[in-house]
Amino acid sequence: MTAEELSDSLGKRFGEKIQAKTEFRGETSYTIAPSGLREIAKFCRDELSFNYLLDITSIDNFSEEPRFEIIYHLYSMSHAVHLRLKLKVPEEVGAIDTVSDIWPTANWHEREIYDMMGIKFNGHPDLRRILMWDGYPYYPLRKDFPLEGLPSEMPDVAFTKVTPMEGGPFVTVPSTATSKDREPRARPPDL
Amino acid sequence: MPKTHSTAYDSKIEGNVVFTRFDAALNWVRKNSLWPMPMGLACCAIELMATAASRFDIARFGAEVMRFSPRQCDVMIVAGTVTYKMALAVKRIYEQMPEPKWVIAMGACASTGGMYRSYATLQGIDQLIPVDVYISGCPPRPEALLAGLMKLQEKISRERSFRNQKPELAEKFEEALG
Repeated sequence: MTAEELSDSLGKRFGEKIQAKTEFRGETSYTIAPSGLREIAKFCRDELSFNYLLDITSIDNFSEEPRFEIIYHLYSMSHAVHLRLKLKVPEEVGAIDTVSDIWPTANWHEREIYDMMGIKFNGHPDLRRILMWDGYPYYPLRKDFPLEGLPSEMPDVAFTKVTPMEGGPFVTVPSTATSKDREPRARPPDL
Repeated sequence: MPKTHSTAYDSKIEGNVVFTRFDAALNWVRKNSLWPMPMGLACCAIELMATAASRFDIARFGAEVMRFSPRQCDVMIVAGTVTYKMALAVKRIYEQMPEPKWVIAMGACASTGGMYRSYATLQGIDQLIPVDVYISGCPPRPEALLAGLMKLQEKISRERSFRNQKPELAEKFEEALG
């Protein structure tokens, strides 16, 4: 089976749940409705043999509506085919269904998204923070969270302070200049 | 009949006696047997291990006994990026070390946060625990760590150890001696 055949069968089966399909350099992406996620995920795994979930990522399209986007990268070991599923999550909903029972690897990926972006996963068996500590009040990868952080205090657990940026942020500039000129240094936004 | 002299000088005893200050002797013992607490948190820890290995051989300075229990350590080598999640654990381990104790902040991250100017990183371990020696570098070469260790040894040899550790006893002695 080729990538086209696989994704065509997905399109036929879930026509009304699929909002958009994009092809780019041989990669297929489907934008799906959040309500159809589990159904489509099960179909992808069982019928289309996408038995490997490579990654789940999230995007904060701050100031756009719906705000959040979650992207599933699937891979079929038997057909050597990639498939990408995207879905949009509005901020006021802020939750989608888990797929951790379909692909167990999703467990920690979903915990990371919950930790960094604050999106909840309904039905997740153990939805705790994974990088920051329980009780940390912010979601650091959201666009409205400043790079230098915000102060917080959890007695006997952890604390955070605001980082002095010293004229930063410290960023690299894409260019063909020498590594000395490209290296991260304080580059105020107005320069 | 040979005349026997009764003098204050007996070469048999005198040859084996060194006169020094108590502090100097104590510091000499301490600085040449610094047992490090390897607080390896990032890539600096690799250089720390290299320093301990045969090529650079930290044993030449008496600091080869890396102890993984803070209760047996003299000097904590904070080698790497200290995140806020790790910060209080580092502090707790430092507090478990018996006095006298010293801290080496190895590398840019442990000294100042280094290149990690972000919400997740403590901007220098000196915000939590007192640091004796800072070592620059990202990561510092083993030679730099050894130089830092020698600096710490110099610092220890200048300490007024007895007075710092037993202030009441030191005062009594001073009174008795006038």
